[in-house]
Amino acid sequence: MAQIKLSNLRHSYMPAPKGPEDYALKEIDVTWRDGGAYALLGPSGCGKSTLLNIISGLLTPSEGRILFDDQDVTALPPDQRNIAQVFQFPVIYDTMTVGENLAFPLKNRGVDAATIKRRVDEIAEMLDVTDMLNTRASGLSPDNKQKISMGRGLVRDDVNAVMFDEPLTVIDPHLKWKLRSKLKELHQRVKATMIYVTHDQTEALTFADEVVVMQEGEVVQIGTPVDLFERPQHTFVGHFIGSPGMNVLPCEAKGDRAIFEGHEVLLEGTTNGEGGRTDLGIRPEYISFGETGIPAHVTKVSDVGRHFVVSAMVGNTAVKAVAEHNAPDPGSHVYLNFKAEQSRVYRDGWIATEERAQ
Amino acid sequence: MRTENQKAWFFVLPVLALVAFNALVPMMTVVNYSVQETFGNNQFFWEGLGWFEQILRSDRFQAALGRQFLFTFLILLIEVPLGIIVALSMPRKGFWVPVCLVLMALPMLIPWNVVGSMWNIFTLPKIGLMGYFLNDVLGINYDMTQQPLSAWITVIVMDVWHWTSLVVLLCYAGLVSIPDAYYQAAKIDGASPWSVFRYIQLPKMKTVLTIAVLLRFMDSFNIYTEPFVLTGGGPGNSTTLLSIDLVKIALGQFDLGPAAAMSLIYFAITLLVSWVFYTLMTKDDAQ
Repeated sequence: MAQIKLSNLRHSYMPAPKGPEDYALKEIDVTWRDGGAYALLGPSGCGKSTLLNIISGLLTPSEGRILFDDQDVTALPPDQRNIAQVFQFPVIYDTMTVGENLAFPLKNRGVDAATIKRRVDEIAEMLDVTDMLNTRASGLSPDNKQKISMGRGLVRDDVNAVMFDEPLTVIDPHLKWKLRSKLKELHQRVKATMIYVTHDQTEALTFADEVVVMQEGEVVQIGTPVDLFERPQHTFVGHFIGSPGMNVLPCEAKGDRAIFEGHEVLLEGTTNGEGGRTDLGIRPEYISFGETGIPAHVTKVSDVGRHFVVSAMVGNTAVKAVAEHNAPDPGSHVYLNFKAEQSRVYRDGWIATEERAQ
Repeated sequence: MRTENQKAWFFVLPVLALVAFNALVPMMTVVNYSVQETFGNNQFFWEGLGWFEQILRSDRFQAALGRQFLFTFLILLIEVPLGIIVALSMPRKGFWVPVCLVLMALPMLIPWNVVGSMWNIFTLPKIGLMGYFLNDVLGINYDMTQQPLSAWITVIVMDVWHWTSLVVLLCYAGLVSIPDAYYQAAKIDGASPWSVFRYIQLPKMKTVLTIAVLLRFMDSFNIYTEPFVLTGGGPGNSTTLLSIDLVKIALGQFDLGPAAAMSLIYFAITLLVSWVFYTLMTKDDAQ
C-alpha cells in the first residue's frame, strides 16, 4: 500500500509531439493518499485509460514521474510495481480452476504453498466464491469471472494499488449494483489504494471518496462527490455530472451579479478575471418557481420518476429546472427564481466567482 | 409440449440429392465391388468378405499402412510445433503483417502436381539446385532417386514446405484474436513467457489447433500427388504410401475387388483416427 504521486505527467502516443493537441495527457499533477478510493471520471477518449496504464506501468509516460511513497517507479515494469489491475473484460485463465486462478500471481512470485492456500481461502471467502474453488474458471458467468479477476488483484497482500478499468461494462445491470457494493466492502476490508476508471457518474460517485474528472487529457476537477455536484470548477463538470446537467447560460458579468437575457441574477460572490466568454452556471435543482422572478415560457415537462424536469425558454435561451411536485403545465408562463448561493459565472468554462465567505 | 416444425428438412433435400449423386452412389459401387469377383464381361460372382481378409493379411498392405502412419506421424510431429513457433514469431501489427501473410500463403496456392515437379527438379542429383549443392558443394551423398532415406527426407521436407503455412495461418488467426488485456494481466500477475504461452496463447489457440491437426492428419494420410510426382513411390517401394499402392492395384493391375476392399479399409481408418483426434482434443470442453 502506498501513496501515489503523479508529477508533471504528460503523454503522447506520437514520437515527436508538437502542440498540446498531440498529447493524450496534458500536465497531470495529482497526489493520492494511501488507502483511498478514487475514481477517474470522464467521457470516452479523455485519457483516463492512458493515465491508468501509465500508473500500472503498461505505458511509459513521455514526460513526468510517478512516485509510489516517494520511490520513483516511472521506469519500472508492471510486475515490479506491485500493482493489480482489473480490466474491462474479465481476464481469467481458462484452463485453470478458480483456485488456481487466484493462486497464479502468488505462484509466479514464488510464494510458499501454505501462504498461497491461506491467502486464496481468505480472498475466496471475501468474494463469496469458496464453493467454486475447484471448478474450471472458463464456465463461470461474466460477473463471477470479473470477481475472479478482482480476486487475482487482491490476493497479494502487498499491492500498492488496485486499479479498475471500467470493470462493470459487461455485467448485467442487476448484478452491477451487487458487485459495486462488494467492491466498496472489499475496499474497507483490504484498505488498499483503489483507482476506478469509468465514464459512468453513478459508479464513480458511489465508489469513490474523491473523484478526478478528466476532459481531453486534462484534469478538470478533483473533489468529493458533493464538491463536484455543489461547486463544479468547470462547466464541463457541471454538465457531465448530474441529470440533467447544470444549465450553462450565456450572460454578462457585473460585480456580484450576472445579466442573463436582460435579467439580473445575484451570484454566489464577486466575479473575478476579465474578458473571455462568460456563462451563468446553475443546476436545475436550484431553480424554483415563484410569483415573481424571471419570466419564462414552459415548453416541455418530463416525468423522470422522482421529480419533474421542466424545460422552459427565457427569451431565446433554454433553461432546465427541477420541480419536486406541482410541475407547471407545458405552454404556461412562469417565473423562475435562481438560488444566489448556487449561481456562478464561468469564464471560458472555468469558474470565475469567488466562494462566498461561510 | 413443444411441437417441432419439420419443414427445414425439405430445404436440405437438394443438397442430400447432390451428395447422394456425387458421393453416396459412387461409394456404394465401391462397396459393391469389394464383395464381388469379376473376370470381365460384366459378370460378377459373390466373394463375401474375402477381399477384406486378403488385404488385411497381405504383407504389402501392412507395409504400406506402416509407411503411411510413419509419414503422417512425422508430418504432424514437425508441422504442428513448427507452425505454432512461426505463428508466435510473426508480427501482430504494422507493415510486415500483410507481407508475412502473403509469403505464408504462397506455397499453398501452388497445385499439388506442380509442387511435386518443382521439388523433383530441385532435388535431382547433378542437375537440381539442391541436389547439386548437397552432392558437389557440401559433399553429402544424397540421391532421392536411389536412396530410401534421401527419398523419405525429401518427401517430408516437401510436405513441410507446402503445408506448414496452413498450421501457421490458423494459429495466427487464433493468436490475433486474444485481447491485449490478457497479456497486460499476465504481465501484472508476473507470468513468465512460458506461462503466457501455456495458460493464455495455447488455450486460446486450441480450437484452431484442433482444426489444423485434423486437416493436416487427413491431408497427409490421404496424400497422393506430390510423392507420386516426386518419387513415384520409389526407390523400390520405400515411399509407396497407401494411396499410391491403392492406385497401383486399382488402375495398374485392375484388381477391382481388392482395390475396393482396400479403399473401404483406408476410409475407415481415416475416419476412425480423425474421430479419435477430435474426441481427445475436445474432451476438456465438455466438462
